[in-house]
Amino acid sequence: MMGGLQRLGRSALLFFERLGRGNLFLLRVLAGLPSLLPRGHLLVQQLYSVGVLSLLIIAVAGLFVGMVLGLQGYYTLVDFGAEESLGVMVALSLVRELGPVVAGLLFAGRAGSALTAEIGLMKATEQLSGMEMMAVDPVKRVIAPRFLACVIALPLLAAIFSAIGVMGGYFVGVGLLGVDDGAFWSQIQNRVDFFDDVMNGVIKSVAFGFVAAWIALYEGYDAVPTSEGVSRATTRTVVHTSLAILSLDFVLTALMFD
Amino acid sequence: MLEKNNSMDEVVVRIRDLHFSRGARKIFDGIDLDIRRGQVTAIMGPSGTGKTTLLKLIGGQLKPQRGTIEVAGQNVHKLSRSKLYELRKRMGMLFQSGALLTDITVFDNIAFPIREHSRLPESMVRDLVLMKLEAVGLRGARQLMPSELSGGMARRVALARAIALDPMMIMYDEPFTGQDPISMGVLVQLIRKLNDALDLTSIIVSHDVAETSAISDYIYVLSNGRVVGHGTPKALQETDSAWVKQFVQGLPDGPVPFHYPAPDYAEELLAGGES
Repeated sequence: MMGGLQRLGRSALLFFERLGRGNLFLLRVLAGLPSLLPRGHLLVQQLYSVGVLSLLIIAVAGLFVGMVLGLQGYYTLVDFGAEESLGVMVALSLVRELGPVVAGLLFAGRAGSALTAEIGLMKATEQLSGMEMMAVDPVKRVIAPRFLACVIALPLLAAIFSAIGVMGGYFVGVGLLGVDDGAFWSQIQNRVDFFDDVMNGVIKSVAFGFVAAWIALYEGYDAVPTSEGVSRATTRTVVHTSLAILSLDFVLTALMFD
Repeated sequence: MLEKNNSMDEVVVRIRDLHFSRGARKIFDGIDLDIRRGQVTAIMGPSGTGKTTLLKLIGGQLKPQRGTIEVAGQNVHKLSRSKLYELRKRMGMLFQSGALLTDITVFDNIAFPIREHSRLPESMVRDLVLMKLEAVGLRGARQLMPSELSGGMARRVALARAIALDPMMIMYDEPFTGQDPISMGVLVQLIRKLNDALDLTSIIVSHDVAETSAISDYIYVLSNGRVVGHGTPKALQETDSAWVKQFVQGLPDGPVPFHYPAPDYAEELLAGGES
């Protein structure tokens, strides 16, 4: 009984200690962002690494998600004679929910895990310590550009995901199933609101980018500097980021679309 | 000559009553050390005595539980982050792994601290990097990636990077570990020559007794969190201390026993049972 209580207490203490370290880490990263101003090339390099290199998976996934939405939506709507609303159904689903969420989950798997592994290995091979001893703050030099790149890249990737998804829905609905072309686009134009739908989706993806970057970079920075430690940290990044994105999505949706 | 002697007497690193633990494990239990300007000082001891930890404490990467470490008259652990970074610009460190940045070339690795801390034109950065590489004999390897270097070459590149900002002192963490005899000979010579030519102060952490003794002016031997012996290499060879004798002469048994603590051998065999 006492052993169980002790273990519970120890786990709780470790959890809160880690949470506290994570918050302090985030504060250091945010404080380091202004130092990027004179060193834009670091940000551009990371935008390429986390953004451009994630494009393919985002585009392909967006296309198929849009196509599935087109198919499923059509089969449901056609029973009510409302297949002209297919465009707006696909567009709203993507812009409000699936774009930010699925792009966020894919981003966690593709870029987040890579960031954790990269930072964890830099720690294991003493590259971060080496920088500190050269009087270069690794949080400013290595972490901050990656963090900002994630926060900028994910909304752009989510937008691309949604746009390609709509094209996928169009291809299936209009191209294969015979939904009226004009109705597809005009319904989107009429019913998708720029602020309520598009901007809320953008806000979601910025929040997801923030959380994904924070978790991935902290897991790498705090990883036990061994091959097993880095492997565990990488797994934790994908699991924690996915859960964080899904739960945060619920909270944001409840706040935005009440 | 008198001036040289005076500068030799100047203490660059002064450690007093240093206590440091990791969890319940005591690493340092009140050690005192003086590192003098212009000298090559070796800190020796068996694996696990906290030699690398000591370098991290001197560099301000770890904080002691008690005691003080002064570098160039400044208490390292009382400095603000910006002051500590200013001090670190004057301290080079050669990590055991080399700690080279793996995604950039040898040239860019050495240019890294120069570019970070100065606004020099690229042509001047290039000249400085070539000078540092020439000093370690690797000017021709500047376009190689760290993954293309042998262990010895990687350490020489790391040494060139450590002297990139013309520091006042360099700390070497196990510089000879895992080196073939030629690389080892090159490194031994380089450390001594660079120390004298650039008027540096060097701290070598190592357990390679012969190589380190050959180039050291003064040696501290650590064990169980304490300094168990110190003096010139010659004085340590002639010491009466059983512990220092065992370490310096590499004897398999002595104050540091061959056997890990265990119950009586015969009793354990006779007791039978499972492992």
